[in-house]
Amino acid sequence: MERAVSASRAGITLLVAAACYEAVARSGAFPAALLPTLPKVASTLWALLLDGTMLEHAGFTMYRVLLGLALAVVVGLPLGIMMGRFRAVENFCLPLASALMPIPSLAWVPVFILWFGLGNTVAILIVFYAALFPMLLNAWSGVRAVNPLWLRAAGAMGADERALFWKVIIPGTSPFIITGLRQAFLRAWIAVVGAEMLAASDWGLGWVIFDAKEFLNADVMLAALAVIGAIGFLFERLVFGSLERATVMRWGMVRAAKG
Amino acid sequence: MLPARPAAQRGESHWRLFARTAFPFLVVALAWEATAHLDVFPRKLFPPLEEVAAALLRLTADGVLPHHVLDTLVRLLAGFALAAVAGVAIGFAMGRSRRAEDVALPLISIGAPIPGLAYAPLFLLWFGLGNVTAVLLVAFVSAFPIIFNTWTGVKAVKEVWVRSAQAMGADDRRLLHHVILPGALPYMLTGLRLGLAQAWRILVGVEMLAAVPWGLGWMIFGAREFLNTDVMLAGVAVIGAIGLALEKLVFQRLERYTVVRWGMMA
Repeated sequence: MERAVSASRAGITLLVAAACYEAVARSGAFPAALLPTLPKVASTLWALLLDGTMLEHAGFTMYRVLLGLALAVVVGLPLGIMMGRFRAVENFCLPLASALMPIPSLAWVPVFILWFGLGNTVAILIVFYAALFPMLLNAWSGVRAVNPLWLRAAGAMGADERALFWKVIIPGTSPFIITGLRQAFLRAWIAVVGAEMLAASDWGLGWVIFDAKEFLNADVMLAALAVIGAIGFLFERLVFGSLERATVMRWGMVRAAKG
Repeated sequence: MLPARPAAQRGESHWRLFARTAFPFLVVALAWEATAHLDVFPRKLFPPLEEVAAALLRLTADGVLPHHVLDTLVRLLAGFALAAVAGVAIGFAMGRSRRAEDVALPLISIGAPIPGLAYAPLFLLWFGLGNVTAVLLVAFVSAFPIIFNTWTGVKAVKEVWVRSAQAMGADDRRLLHHVILPGALPYMLTGLRLGLAQAWRILVGVEMLAAVPWGLGWMIFGAREFLNTDVMLAGVAVIGAIGLALEKLVFQRLERYTVVRWGMMA
């Protein structure tokens, strides 16, 4: 009952917000090029989806995000685990990570453009930089958070170093690793949009938005914003949600979030 | 959130801790110097560290760098202050009133997953190039974590506390001041902290896009045109130092004086 009331209120809110926007857009108080009406945005989105350009842009963006994210996982995950297991690695890497972490990834864009030229390489490296630290630090704190009792118990039952690693440390760390992946994706998603705007390759959702500004195509901008939001939402809910359900929740390591 | 501070290990002197922390930087600096001086890459693109330091000193001495830093900080604080006021107010309303929650949550859930910079061109179109856009965008983007956390915090205040305060005759004002605000504060501080970090990340990007005349983001982006890699690296270093200072000096201290002292967080 309460849920139904909430859902209907949510629907009403969205309708009212849309109606307000529509009224302002149609009132002519602002130029139509700057504040396009919602049907216009929808038809632009539909046209761009139909002729495939939007999908191609989204494809390029996804390629950059996923490649950068994969690189960050390949580097950050083993390094983070080693930092958790070996003092020497921790002593070496932690100060460097603490010094680099507060630098926003976008601050590197101009430097990377000079070093690697405009284009894909810069975007992928920026994504890598943005995604690396959440991955690294979560893996590190995950290994350190493994209950020492489990390690001793496994050791007492005769587990060798290898079995200990695969059977105790990795499953024990997995909730942190998944959190790390989630945060890494969020950071990567923010970084890729900025990198695409600044590093100006000809494809990608960030570039679409930035390019549309030149021609005052606010409808294209809003359409691309909707696509960016939808992809981010899908990833967060579907990909990471199901990943969590298939692993740590099934193993009973975290409870399902309420609501 | 993450304990990214090198902690002293048992029986370790200050000097050893210092040496242990400095060692990795020394290794990286040496590797950098070797690469720069062996001319693996063009000198203009990969300057040795002494040139970066010289650029830093030169820019500081002639007052250019302090001006950039000041403008960036003013923008950051203005945007963040707007976000903090609006975010805490909206979050409180959502936490206390079911109706406000139902109205605001769908709008926020739609806005939040879109990366802040994606709004930048739209804001540029609406508000023009310059300061207004930068401040508004920073405020808009950093408001989301503040709203979410304040809302969660207010909802996390135990019902028993509210009821017992009411039973003891607390009016709405006292309830707010003595029960809800302290109860929600750990979450609010987390939200403010995340919001500030978000604001800082976005601001650097916005300054590159919004063509503001001064600001660190603009400084490094502008230096690209003239291949001034030393200026860029000096700017990146300053940006990192400010980010670190915001985290360590502002929030850890604030936390220690409030929620940790009240025994609400370890």
